[in-house]
Amino acid sequence: MNEMEANLNDMSCKELVELVTDYLEAALSAADRHRFDLHIAKCDWCKLYIDQIRLTIKAAGKLSEESIPKDVQNELLSVFRDWKKG
Amino acid sequence: MATEGAGDAAPPNAAKMPAVAFKTSAEELELLAALRGGDESAFARLVATHHCSLLRVSRMYVSSPAVSEEVVQETWLGVLKGLDKFEGRCSLKTWIFQILINRARTRGEQEGRMIPFSVAFEAHSDLGEPAVDPNQFNENDPEWPGGWVSQPRDWGRNPEQTLLSQELRSVVESAIECLPPNQKEVITLRDVQGWTSGEVCNILGVTETNQRVLLHRARSKVRQILDQYFGSK
Repeated sequence: MNEMEANLNDMSCKELVELVTDYLEAALSAADRHRFDLHIAKCDWCKLYIDQIRLTIKAAGKLSEESIPKDVQNELLSVFRDWKKG
Repeated sequence: MATEGAGDAAPPNAAKMPAVAFKTSAEELELLAALRGGDESAFARLVATHHCSLLRVSRMYVSSPAVSEEVVQETWLGVLKGLDKFEGRCSLKTWIFQILINRARTRGEQEGRMIPFSVAFEAHSDLGEPAVDPNQFNENDPEWPGGWVSQPRDWGRNPEQTLLSQELRSVVESAIECLPPNQKEVITLRDVQGWTSGEVCNILGVTETNQRVLLHRARSKVRQILDQYFGSK
């Protein structure tokens, strides 16, 4: 086993999936971040997993793309007018 | 802190409240001046920006969409009534959502709902719940102990496109709905609403670490459900 492989072996895929959020949040220690980077440099399957997590985050973000119905907006504007009158 | 003028409810876990403060931005101060001056278009902008998010967030605490709408309506009234007292020590957005969350929690408690963070909160209590089914890893592989048994599923050639589908949207929606309340709260604010971790810790009164643990559990579970969905396609 060469040195790179020894490094890759240092963090297992099983361990990596538990550290993904800390990684994406930039909350890993420098040492763990290094181990993480070494792992994904060689492990395409974990890269796939991280892609899934990124897509999960994106998919959640799509839920907020909605706009207020016109009638609700109008109702609130009339509340505003009443408030203005005091 | 984010609780300025936000009603009578004390912030949850006040002792754990992080020191980060998000002051009102210059843009918000301008908006605030316009609102106080009775500028209707400024209020229309504010409502367009936050109304749907307010509904989504309040929905986590109360029993039905109808109650949620009432809570949001009350929140807007509370915002208007409180405008003159708002001192800009936190962001306008934080202030509005603090009013909402206080009201929604109170309402949810009256309805007997389980309210996130209403009891002493320890994120680490749910450790041990793995992000991925342990059977997907081979512990005994002599060369790669703890490596994947097989390749994680490829979510299709054009997953970005798929994300826009109504079907996927409802899968994500129900996956989040099924999460434990604390996890639902964090993933909704962070990933659905796109808040920063600082903003989320501030309004929920949790530490960065606890927030990350909850976010991790939540994302991992939603990913699992999406993976099942892609597997069934």
